[in-house]
Amino acid sequence: MVFEKIKNIIVEQLGLDGEEIMLSTSFEDLGVDSLDLFQIIIEIEEEFDVQVEDAEKIKTVQDAVDFVEGKMGK
Amino acid sequence: MNKVQIIGTGSYVPEKIVSNKELTKIVDTSDEWISSRTGIKERRISEGENTSDLSTNAALRAIESSKINPEDIDLLIVATLTPDAFIPSTACIVQNNINAVNATCFDISAACTGFIYAIDIATQFIKTGRSKVALVIGAEILSKVLNWEDRSTCVLFGDGAGAAVLKSSNEDGIIACYSGSDGSKGRHLTCDAIPVRNPYVKKENMVAYDVNSSTVKMDGREIFKFAVNVMIQSIDELLKSAKLKIEDIKYIIPHQANARIIEFTAKKMGVDGDKFYMNLDKYGNTSAATVAIALDEVSRAGLLEKGDKIILVGFGGGLTYGGIIIQW
Repeated sequence: MVFEKIKNIIVEQLGLDGEEIMLSTSFEDLGVDSLDLFQIIIEIEEEFDVQVEDAEKIKTVQDAVDFVEGKMGK
Repeated sequence: MNKVQIIGTGSYVPEKIVSNKELTKIVDTSDEWISSRTGIKERRISEGENTSDLSTNAALRAIESSKINPEDIDLLIVATLTPDAFIPSTACIVQNNINAVNATCFDISAACTGFIYAIDIATQFIKTGRSKVALVIGAEILSKVLNWEDRSTCVLFGDGAGAAVLKSSNEDGIIACYSGSDGSKGRHLTCDAIPVRNPYVKKENMVAYDVNSSTVKMDGREIFKFAVNVMIQSIDELLKSAKLKIEDIKYIIPHQANARIIEFTAKKMGVDGDKFYMNLDKYGNTSAATVAIALDEVSRAGLLEKGDKIILVGFGGGLTYGGIIIQW
């Protein structure tokens, strides 16, 4: 569920095909610059009502999913 | 209550153009980096002109376009974070330069939202009958408050000034004003003035002060987030108070800080990016001057017809934000 939502955010922000995006996909692979990543993170923050303190740590889609699920678990 | 109209605009930027490529000679950056992350390609940098000089030139052009005489002006406001001096105010210097002998003159400090705040103030003065003709200027020499060794800030900003003449009128030209501030986030965008130093400050409390103390420092990410939120909020509130829809608006003239902020805002609002006027590729971020210069450009390019509605919207240090709906 979380992965699907994050995948949709990335697809929408970058105008990509969802097929390319897997848990192991790194943002660097997607050709994302720091501002693109930041915009994706803003969307994730709003979608899940979380605050990302350390955006630098989120390097892959898995990292983003783990972060959100970690916050929801609490 | 009187009605208020903008009857003329003007702008002025220094002659010297500094391209991204030229900047690579003095800081470690690249045209590609600056262009892709901000949309800026070049900016104007003063070779000695100060804020009052730019303000004066912009003012004279606005006065000419509005066909008034300087003596007609009874209110003169300069919005700036880079005045020539603490005293006299930049507004008073301009007054002296243009002979606006009947004007009450003062500066206001609201960073990049300054021009919008100043239009709001002038509008209220005219509506209440306290003033009839107001000259409102947004002007900056940001080049004098930049740390030219800090590539995260010095590539973003430029120098410039814009002006508008507002007059009491039979027609409603300023149809909505909105503003707000959030001091709790002030620390994200700063430029310090002089620290407290006098014979009585204890040595251990003395704050060091050097050539880089009064320079602009910014948390880009926090400002990005803030900017997108308050721009959307301001536009929504303005439309609500004027009982209009976004489709009724011909152009949105946003503060020209960063193309990515503007594009992201357009996307979030579901609005075509073309509705947002942008000229930051030529001037960079000129703080209080951005919206003023853009308004003058839009007017002189003949992009507006009588009856068109436009929104000015800004955000900046303070933190501050606000917007105006103008009916042309």
